Amino acid sequence: MTKRDYSLLGPDAARAVKTGLATAQWYHTEVPRKEMKALMQRSDQPAVRDTILLFGAMILLAGLGIALWPSPWSAPAWLAYGVLYGSAMDSRWHECGHGTAFKTPWMNNAVYQIASFCMVRNPVVWRWSHARHHTDTIIVGRDPEIVAMRPPALFRIFLNFFGILDALTGWKHMLQNAAGHLGPEEADFIPEQERPKVFRVARIWVLIYAATIVLAVAMQSILPLMVIGLPRLYGAWHHVMTGIMQHAGLADNVLDHRLNSRTVYINPVSRFVYWNMNYHVEHHMFPMVPYHRLPELHEKIKHDLPAPNTSILDAYREIWPALKRQLRYEDYFLKRELPGTARPYREDLHAEALGVPAE
Amino acid sequence: MAQWIDACATDDIDEEDLIRFDHDGRTFAIYRSPDDEFFCTDGLCTHEQVHLVDGLVMDYVIECPKHNGQFDYRTGEAKRAPVCVNLATYPAKVENGRVLIEV
Ligand code: FES
Repeated sequence: MTKRDYSLLGPDAARAVKTGLATAQWYHTEVPRKEMKALMQRSDQPAVRDTILLFGAMILLAGLGIALWPSPWSAPAWLAYGVLYGSAMDSRWHECGHGTAFKTPWMNNAVYQIASFCMVRNPVVWRWSHARHHTDTIIVGRDPEIVAMRPPALFRIFLNFFGILDALTGWKHMLQNAAGHLGPEEADFIPEQERPKVFRVARIWVLIYAATIVLAVAMQSILPLMVIGLPRLYGAWHHVMTGIMQHAGLADNVLDHRLNSRTVYINPVSRFVYWNMNYHVEHHMFPMVPYHRLPELHEKIKHDLPAPNTSILDAYREIWPALKRQLRYEDYFLKRELPGTARPYREDLHAEALGVPAE
Repeated sequence: MAQWIDACATDDIDEEDLIRFDHDGRTFAIYRSPDDEFFCTDGLCTHEQVHLVDGLVMDYVIECPKHNGQFDYRTGEAKRAPVCVNLATYPAKVENGRVLIEV
């Protein structure tokens, strides 16, 4: 059995570089240039509509929560507000980080900054870590965003359903960055010239949190924190639920997103919260395609992809047993079957993906 | 020494698009702007050496297909992270319906 070391500075990182898995050539389904160009086109309209809807709903729900506070009747409003703050902001962070959500750059940047704050992810640090996730998706020792490592730390994942570890780490890093420090792993992927920006954003955030805490103390109430800060915890569950579906249980160390990423058909409410990232194979293969064109892209290339999972439940029906099995035997993974119409690519890696596939 | 090379016909590139042009072991990107002007840059992104030809031209910007880094293809200026290093540019001109680049 192979022991994995997920540290970006450890032996698996060095091995990935040595064996050519790092910064490698990944598989892409053939799409005629004209069609791909059309799919990549940017537009403000869908994201403006969704953003008005999102911020409008947040204002309404927070207003309702405040109006009904401290009655237990305020709970449904907070729960819904929490999902928008602690989960929908994850997908906004993601799409706007790619710069594909809006056509107008300042709109992408504005939503990216707000979403980064809500998710407690330094917008500069995470831009770089996410770039690495796209370069070296689920390559052990290279990808800094692997949620379900092997063996899976199920208790950590459980805690993160309530945002506990991620948010606490985010706040800890915020304080470090505000003091002008960068962790060794961050320093591995953030270029020198970007570092002052990391520190500046962290200092602004510290001021916002300080003002919120001062207000809470003055009011002798946690109400201000129910609006800013705590929803990152009580509303995190949805983005963790969808985030786990992206890659958990599938092969690592392969150079084909069809084999290490999962596309799942999900309900329209979750799709709004998740901004279509359920088309995850498609997103990884073509990160230039905006979220609102992913369903079309899916239709165009599905002949070349494994069959998608049909629902969130269907996805978890394969993920949960796979994670449980990886607890005892970390080389185990779910081998994705490509349809007969698909082009194979680097089958050798999938066959030997550091372990033994499911039968 | 730099010399003018016949790279392609003007019609080989759609408006607001680019093509890849390989020459002498090097790879270039040749652009046709929305104003029907032609430009030439290195063909590989300065971030992780990905071919820019699969990217998207928007006005005077080329967006890299890998991590959405952006360059102004007229000047090579890096405009959006994760690209930080500018792209090399080369003179381009049109003669008799052909695009020539000086490399
Ligand atoms: S390779 Fe071009 S932006 Fe990363």
